[in-house]
Amino acid sequence: VLYLAVTLFTLGLIGLLTRRNLIFTLMSVEIMLNASGLAFVAGSYQWGQPDGQVMFIFILAMAAAEVSVGLALLLQFHRREPTLDSDTASEMRG
Amino acid sequence: MLIAFYIAAAVAVLATIVAITRHHAVHALLYLIVSLLAIAIVFYVVGAPFLAALELIIYAGAIMVLFLFVIMMLNLGEHATEVEAGWLQPAVWAWPSALATVLIVELIYVVLHTGRPAGAMHVVTPKEIGISLFGPYAIGVELTSLLLMSGLVGAYHLGRRAYREEERYGINTDGRRVVSGSDIVHAGSDRASHAA
Repeated sequence: VLYLAVTLFTLGLIGLLTRRNLIFTLMSVEIMLNASGLAFVAGSYQWGQPDGQVMFIFILAMAAAEVSVGLALLLQFHRREPTLDSDTASEMRG
Repeated sequence: MLIAFYIAAAVAVLATIVAITRHHAVHALLYLIVSLLAIAIVFYVVGAPFLAALELIIYAGAIMVLFLFVIMMLNLGEHATEVEAGWLQPAVWAWPSALATVLIVELIYVVLHTGRPAGAMHVVTPKEIGISLFGPYAIGVELTSLLLMSGLVGAYHLGRRAYREEERYGINTDGRRVVSGSDIVHAGSDRASHAA
């Protein structure tokens, strides 16, 4: 299970590093959060304790908050510039 | 039971690989949902049925719908209709549905053969999670509620301020909204030229 978590995390990281579209960036962050939650559940499975699953619930709530704020930022960015390329964001000042 | 885990893991990895290499955001979203379904089955197999349900409801249900709404809000009028015509070709949805079919066959197999998620040494029930959540982790619950509240307020604030900044800087999106008027269906259709 842990290998699967590591693989998914790596895939999310690759997606984060290679894609320039902001929506794909957010999706990759979601994949990585999910993979870390999977690692917690793997630990919970290993020792038969519910703690890891509690941690996964926290990760779930955090991912929900993160993605709502991220998408709101993305909408605002899109209103300002009609593109979703994260390279253009580096030219924003103030 | 081990074979079920490996199949679900393979589907998850495949769907994720395809998801991060798609060019169209909605296609990537479809594959990502399949990946989340596969991970939910992995949870079910390793003895966390409650988390499998949560994964489905919150991730595949709520968060992905949020993504879909944003993609639809950003969607580019005339370009979208072309894309929608493309969706009707079977080649686009054949692979996600094939992967999802593998998953549902596997789920039926697992449920029929055991009646409960066996193979795990210890199935953690929702009751245990609840006791642990409101026992030693009560402070974490409070902090999470705080985080969700701040996330809500932050998202609302960002969504509100976008309109005011447009007025302040007089960015031409204002003009576009006036042009499109009450024609909500075709609002923003002229953005396609900017996106190109």
